Amino acid sequence: MQKVNLTIDGTLVEATEGITVLEAARAEGIYIPTLCADPDLEPYGGCRLCLVEIDKMEGLPASCTTPVAEGMVVRTETPGVQEARQRTLELLLTDHPDNCLVCSKNQHCDLQKVAAYVGIDQPRFKKLERQTEIDSSNPFFVRDSSKCILCGKCVRVCNEIQGLGALEVMNNGLSSKIITSAGDIPILESICESCGQCVAKCPTGALMPKNYRWASKEVSTVCPYCGVGCGTYLAVRGNEIVGVRGDPENPANKGSLCVKGQFGFEFVDHPDRLTSPLIRRNGRFVEASFEEALDLIASKLNEYKGDQFAAVASARITTEDNYVIQKLARAVMATNNIDHCARL
Amino acid sequence: MTNTIGEIENAACILSVGSNTTVTHPIVGLRVKKAAKNGAKVIVANPRRIDLCRIADIWLRQRPGTDVALLMGMARVMVDEGLADSAFIEERCENLDAFKDSLKNFDLETVENITGVPRNKVAEAARMLAGNSPASILYCMGITQHSHGTNNVMALANLAMLTGNVGKPSSGVNPLRGQNNVQGACDMGALPNVYPGYQKVDSPEVREKFEAAWGCNLSATPGLTLTEILQAAHDKRIKALYVVGENPVLTESDASHAKEALEALEFLVVQDIFLTETALLADVVLPAASFAEKDGTFVNTERRVQLVRKAIEPRGDARPDWWITCQIARRLGGKGFDFDSPKEIMIEISSLTPSYGGITYDRLEAGGVQWPCPSQDHPGTPVLHTERFSTPSGKGRFMPLEYKPSAECPDEAYPLILTTGRSLYHYHTRTMTGRVAGLNVFRDRELVEINPKDAAALGIADGDAVTVKSRRGAVKAEAKVTDDSPPGVTFMTFHFADSPTNVVTSPALDPVAKTPELKVCAVRVEKA
Repeated sequence: MQKVNLTIDGTLVEATEGITVLEAARAEGIYIPTLCADPDLEPYGGCRLCLVEIDKMEGLPASCTTPVAEGMVVRTETPGVQEARQRTLELLLTDHPDNCLVCSKNQHCDLQKVAAYVGIDQPRFKKLERQTEIDSSNPFFVRDSSKCILCGKCVRVCNEIQGLGALEVMNNGLSSKIITSAGDIPILESICESCGQCVAKCPTGALMPKNYRWASKEVSTVCPYCGVGCGTYLAVRGNEIVGVRGDPENPANKGSLCVKGQFGFEFVDHPDRLTSPLIRRNGRFVEASFEEALDLIASKLNEYKGDQFAAVASARITTEDNYVIQKLARAVMATNNIDHCARL
Repeated sequence: MTNTIGEIENAACILSVGSNTTVTHPIVGLRVKKAAKNGAKVIVANPRRIDLCRIADIWLRQRPGTDVALLMGMARVMVDEGLADSAFIEERCENLDAFKDSLKNFDLETVENITGVPRNKVAEAARMLAGNSPASILYCMGITQHSHGTNNVMALANLAMLTGNVGKPSSGVNPLRGQNNVQGACDMGALPNVYPGYQKVDSPEVREKFEAAWGCNLSATPGLTLTEILQAAHDKRIKALYVVGENPVLTESDASHAKEALEALEFLVVQDIFLTETALLADVVLPAASFAEKDGTFVNTERRVQLVRKAIEPRGDARPDWWITCQIARRLGGKGFDFDSPKEIMIEISSLTPSYGGITYDRLEAGGVQWPCPSQDHPGTPVLHTERFSTPSGKGRFMPLEYKPSAECPDEAYPLILTTGRSLYHYHTRTMTGRVAGLNVFRDRELVEINPKDAAALGIADGDAVTVKSRRGAVKAEAKVTDDSPPGVTFMTFHFADSPTNVVTSPALDPVAKTPELKVCAVRVEKA
């Protein structure tokens, strides 16, 4: 790819031809506020917050849709840019609720971050009341249109990445809103597959997982479902999993997850979990200690060494678990009767 | 997979066959959709109208069990029309003449009669696959779960070689593996005929190597496969069984037989995270830690070994599977089971498994590694067979094939075909997804998909309770009348213990892989 040279805020920057001014600035560590740009999605130019000044270009072009060019001179913090950003953001906030303290997205909200950066002390516009509704039909997430800023990320991720098109923007002035594509029906009745990618991309609290709780840490691991092996981060609070996030760096899934990987983790804490060894006595299971259960198993298996024994390992457990099971069958029980359900 | 998931989106053509890709491997499905957006041609070969048909350039709707005829028909068109990649074949392959000879039985009239696919569509698909390189072939259990599944796979390999689609990015023969670590379980020799790294148990040198490493004598006789193990238990030749994290009572074909087999055992130990239908039959049940409660690795369908990390403490007295197994082994006098972490186990694995020779936890911390990775300085292998095939000659061997009908075809008594698969919202026997309330909002019961024509003839309406009967048993479920299933074909998943579909499926096995024919059996559907 060819390189071009441009200047951003006085810094000489070398960028790959074809990328946007926004991408070039970010690569250089220059922050330009945006609410609709996303590295996984096509440029959109919807929120009008990433406006910049570029020599020899009229007005204030959106940096997220303007490709870099040789010799370009870009300024991101002129009075004109600041004034335009403030005005855009103020308009955006006129119909956004102010009760951040009772919003689950509080402190994770991109709108908060951008508002803090742009800096608005005294709103000049009167608050507008928008007709809004809450759609909680989906078992995993809630749509709250009062918090929607119409950045279109949910619509775009569903089209561009999920390839489904379950959502669309209905443009109608102040009553513009995101609707399901088969008409404005509850999301549960739509073609939505509940992959949750729109929830993961939403910059505000408009799309939030149900029962959302803040995590105290994230642990990098692999999804326990199909063989794609999606990289995930488990969000952990205390000794509990409270959420899952796709790992954008993992080459198998590049941040995407399906409905099972995204939302299918509550089995881990289901009351049906086995929590103690069980020994069958007089036809009924009785709880036992590990010592007792292991001693019993060893004394019984001792009678069946050779080909009257078999082990069935598992496609669910770890590689290391499988290794020791086949080693047990072969080296200790003296048989190659070891298999698992690879064929099923 | 011979290739890598990420490469799919750069393919010029994708053939998805016997795979309901967006349902069983949703993230691979996204890559196929991306490829289509990038201009790739998409060919779907599937008896059912799957989601991918929406974006397919060609949808081949073959009768279940006729894949060999369909794929050989495509090969015949390529050969007859001179579309084969002769440079690749000349340099990399052998046995072309015998293969060409076997194509004489697959003129398009015969192929159309067997498969039900119009001949011009077969030809069009052949031209599309041969004319758009690189082409990636994706397949799944719709190819393997047949009494001739091995032949189906060979037919795909023939097509890939014929079009020069092996050994280069975005091409290849790519099985999409169904479970999180089915690849790792196979790699580790949780198979009756191989040690870790597919080293054969009946090879004297291999056996000596493992005897020296493990300090014991080892059996030279390959063991039994899962289906054979259950038969042997039924016959009381196998008397004790240790089952870890599997639920054969629901997953095996002819499931009543599988249950009888387990009941015939003298001693059954089951280790799992839930009291499964199989665990209910056990003498001792051991509580295992879930994936989130232990360290280790999973190996995905593209051979990528990735770290699984403990995020929370095990519930109750549950323990990691490796720890439990080592405790049993030590109590039985086994030596070399003193591991204190999965990391230590991986050190032993890499010392004995050439394809894992360069894999260490320290390296995996920086990201997954695709085997073969024989040494520390080896980068891993995204694409297999780039220079030679793993045959004695190093050449890809064309396999002459014949069409063999499925073991059990419809007849007067059982006039419909039953084929089985999965739902997006569930996983295997629902031990996990059955315990996620939200997933059951989308699907909480078994459905029998049946074509409107068949439903009308049987007086069945959408939502009716029906009984599906085969020679082996009967199962009740709810009818879903839909032309997603072609006339003559019904479809069920095997997720629901209340409607145990495998009670009716066929025990016929592929003679090589010993995979049961879960994709074709003859049934009768009646209003319940």
